[in-house]
Amino acid sequence: MKVSHKVVLHFPPHIVEQPYINNLVKDYDLSFNILKASIMPNQEGFAVLELSGEQQKYAEGIKYITAAGVKVEPLSRSVLRNEERCTHCGACISICPSHAFDVDEQSRLVKFDNNRCVACGLCIKACPPHSMEFHF
Amino acid sequence: MDKTIDEINAKIKQGKAVIATAEEIIKIAQEKGLSQTARDVDVVTTGTFGPMCSSGAYFNIGHTKPRLKLGGGKATLNDVPAYTGFAAADLMLGANAIPDNDPRNRSYPGEFNYGGGHVIEDLVAGKDVRLIASGYGTDCYPRTSVDTLININDLNEAVLFNPRNAYQNYNVAVNTSDKTLYTYMGILKPRLANANYCSAGQLSPLLNDPYLKTIGIGTRIFLGGGIGYVAWNGTQHNPMALRSENGVPKRGACTLAVIGDLKQMNSRWLRGISMLGYGATMAVGIGVPIPVINEEVLEYTLVSDSAIMAPVVDYSSAYPNREANVLAEISYAELKSGKIDFNGKQIVTAALSSYSRAVEIASTLKEWLMEGKFFLTEPVAPLPGINDNTFSNVLTERN
Repeated sequence: MKVSHKVVLHFPPHIVEQPYINNLVKDYDLSFNILKASIMPNQEGFAVLELSGEQQKYAEGIKYITAAGVKVEPLSRSVLRNEERCTHCGACISICPSHAFDVDEQSRLVKFDNNRCVACGLCIKACPPHSMEFHF
Repeated sequence: MDKTIDEINAKIKQGKAVIATAEEIIKIAQEKGLSQTARDVDVVTTGTFGPMCSSGAYFNIGHTKPRLKLGGGKATLNDVPAYTGFAAADLMLGANAIPDNDPRNRSYPGEFNYGGGHVIEDLVAGKDVRLIASGYGTDCYPRTSVDTLININDLNEAVLFNPRNAYQNYNVAVNTSDKTLYTYMGILKPRLANANYCSAGQLSPLLNDPYLKTIGIGTRIFLGGGIGYVAWNGTQHNPMALRSENGVPKRGACTLAVIGDLKQMNSRWLRGISMLGYGATMAVGIGVPIPVINEEVLEYTLVSDSAIMAPVVDYSSAYPNREANVLAEISYAELKSGKIDFNGKQIVTAALSSYSRAVEIASTLKEWLMEGKFFLTEPVAPLPGINDNTFSNVLTERN
């Protein structure tokens, strides 16, 4: 039976240069569609993928990358910003592992790039006025 | 040519006053020079919007029938304890108060989702708030309990009164330890992975009048979206703090105690906030107009982020143990660039004070002045300054 899941892969800094996704294709016959990704040398990386393949192979593939140190989470939620509550302070910027927040140099407004967000939820608790929210 | 507050107010009334924000004035003076700018510009507006823990409000709720004496009793507003050490119908609420049943840091780091600052925000937003109170009963105040909704519009008085706001400069918080810290300066990642600061820098009210030459008791200000006043110096007011050659303090220095009618304020500028692992508090918006009465006063308002230095303090040891150790001094220009260089290591920076909101406050105050809705006041008395031998002392414990 074929399965298809949206997953978030978190790569610790020391393994970002290994071709794990390629191995999933080569050794486990899985296909993938990259929804978003940020993988830089010596930094924690992430990829949001739609992974598809035979159920047995899929399970083995996930086992393989998990054993290699990649953290795998299902993508079952997304994070949205309540624009009315956000005060654009910036407390979220340095705690976001996927660098989804950035300050506009001119306006000094804090920009939230949902395409970079991996819905880990760290910003939700860190946001002083509680402007970041999970949506399931 | 010096100007008086009365002369400036006359121009505001005629709609002829020239107003610039503390950001705009830097460029204007670069183009026109100091003397010309001092002649042309009448007021420089400042602004800051950030967490200010020493904030609160007092209320008179009106007397119940039969009468209940809150004084000496107990009271909560939306489960947040309020202070009942005053008369029968008066209550005071601090921004950091939290419900008795809040788990606090028993589940570390505590979330502190709702506290006094949130109650104040809800009241200002016009929401009903539940008052549950009890008194011990007297011959003249026989009632012993009340459980009712209250609304800001029904209160006799609702007054914002903040004992310490608008800190003149502040620490940059870092963490040299191996574990994450949850502080009032936000989440500090281990091994200097981030640095958090909290000041509007070149827009900040007291950094534009470093010796408090124009700001004093009675100065009318933008407070929480409405009009407020400087009531006194703030607590921990420390004009003797280390200063740069330009007179600008390099450490936390002067502070303001401010007061104003909560009923005319706006919840956009009084926002209940939660600092993970630390507590509930409130972000407050303050803007102070600086009358350009002479060239000297103008010159102080020209200070830019590159000329304001902040101390980098380790919140894993120096801060909690009250050690005076400062790791480095960094300018706000560098802090705002998003990264600071510390001993060859690049550290990502983030602010807890909203600069875009500070700009909005300074611009709003500018509009009020241009539209003749806001007039300047002469201070009734000065705040303690560098010649008054005023220090902020630490506690000496004794038995």
